[in-house]
Amino acid sequence: MKRPDNLGFRVGTGLFGLVLVLIVAAIGVELFRQSSLSIQKFGLNFWRTQTWDPVAGEFGALPFIWGTLYSSVLALLIATPISLGIAVFISELSPNRLKPALVFVTELLAAIPSIVYGLWGIFVLVPAVRALETALPQALKALPFFSGPPFGVGMLSAALILAVMVIPFTSSIAREVLKAVPIAQREGAYALGATPLEAIGAALYYARTGIVGAVMLGFGRALGETMAVTMVIGNNPRISLSLLAPQHTMASALANEFTEADTALYLSALIEIGLVLFIMTLIINSLSRLLIWSMARPMRQSAAGVVVPAAESAA
Amino acid sequence: MSASTRRRKLLSGLFVAFCAASVLLALIPLALVLFFVVSQGIQSLNVAFFTHMPAPVGEPGGGMANAIVGSLILVGLGALFAIPVGILSGVYMSEYAGTRFASLVRFAADTLNGVPSIVIGVFVYGIAVLPFKHFSALAGGLALGIMMIPIIARTTEELLLLVPGTMREGALALGATHARAVFTVVVPSALQGIVTGIVLAIARIAGETAPLLFTSLNNGFFSTKLTQPISSLTVQVFAYANSPYQDWHRQAWAGALVLVTIVLTCSLLARIATRRLEGINPR
Repeated sequence: MKRPDNLGFRVGTGLFGLVLVLIVAAIGVELFRQSSLSIQKFGLNFWRTQTWDPVAGEFGALPFIWGTLYSSVLALLIATPISLGIAVFISELSPNRLKPALVFVTELLAAIPSIVYGLWGIFVLVPAVRALETALPQALKALPFFSGPPFGVGMLSAALILAVMVIPFTSSIAREVLKAVPIAQREGAYALGATPLEAIGAALYYARTGIVGAVMLGFGRALGETMAVTMVIGNNPRISLSLLAPQHTMASALANEFTEADTALYLSALIEIGLVLFIMTLIINSLSRLLIWSMARPMRQSAAGVVVPAAESAA
Repeated sequence: MSASTRRRKLLSGLFVAFCAASVLLALIPLALVLFFVVSQGIQSLNVAFFTHMPAPVGEPGGGMANAIVGSLILVGLGALFAIPVGILSGVYMSEYAGTRFASLVRFAADTLNGVPSIVIGVFVYGIAVLPFKHFSALAGGLALGIMMIPIIARTTEELLLLVPGTMREGALALGATHARAVFTVVVPSALQGIVTGIVLAIARIAGETAPLLFTSLNNGFFSTKLTQPISSLTVQVFAYANSPYQDWHRQAWAGALVLVTIVLTCSLLARIATRRLEGINPR
């Protein structure tokens, strides 16, 4: 380690590592710098008020935060049980010969571009959702969750598409986490006469930290998902509990309005939305990685388990 | 069999059925998306789609020649930015795996991987569009490159760590410097895997739209100028999908079919290569 050529090698490759660190830091700094106008003008009110009127120069981002959180939570409610079901089926129940095929197929769900999901969403899913919404019984329509006219585009379509897009991520990490549960644990349960549910339930309980991490990773993905959501959510900055109502998310606001921002303040307000989205995903992803690590540290798997099957299958 | 045993078995059976049903449930959207993309896309996919420029509204036919070339240029630029940074930072992470700075780089890579692509777009807009006052292919390529770096870096790291230590030690024992041992022995023996990682990274970013919306924007004309806005398949599909015209919708489906074909071919190739790799290098 004392030879100069080793130092050169270390510094040379280290500089490229530094580039990675700098990019992440620069994203935060740059977004903060570009949104200073909006931060100074509105302060915390930016996140407390609901009026988004670029023409009048009024910018309240609460509807976007609401839309992002509501659509992501709904998506998780749908995706989490299914993802865990898939993870359990692949890692615990399916015959060994079937496993690689099932893994590959669930990874395909992650490989399909967001824009393709969006296109499919507009022309196939939205009409189907509209038909479903029209057919809703009157009794249900009285509930706040189903109030309003059936547009098709809106929260329900967005949540459904998001759920499909989140499933491969959550299920692949959950699978990895289950792999880290010692086999002896299940064998012990079976030896005591446990049914598959009881044995797998014990394994899931053992893996609970990592499972929570997997779900959070899915949450992080859902928060930032842009194209497919933009195309089906209806883009209306109005807070509503109704699944039928067209709404907006932080990401869809950026995708829709960024090139239309004609004043410095408007642009700055949009960039502030980007900044907060960045911070939210940063926190959620770091937390989820921490949880997954604490559970499955020896496996050194990346948070991108899905997009890096090479790394994943090597793990 | 006692009542409680029967209940336990029933519950367990229900659970197993639920898990199997989950797999089927996830396959439904996959099958539906693929079915519609293929069946709708194939109708308007012809030679003209690859060789012609977009047709004006109301005129049937036309193609996306400019968008296809644009996408190739953008992905190429992205790869150009990302491959050196990705591979060399991956080398650093694996060679100095225990150090604190390597952990920091790894943390940065994982963080970058989780940053929403639209946020990357906003960031690149701030550093590469605003200062020059116009959208450009270079900015789009930079955005895609930033998204590729963490994927390539982490794959490189993982695969280099799989190379048996004896190979490195052999090279060092013969008097090679550390750099030489790494670049002539360790990296080449993991090269196939690294290339696989690059292919996967390309598969992932080739379908990206959000980071291009306000970096490379779009261009109705054929352009290969790197300092000008450039058209891309994904942004073009987005524009067509949001238009009210039937002809354009058909073009959007055809574009989606081309995208899905590219992305799935890359994923499949990478998958096959990985399988082969595992055969050579079992653990």
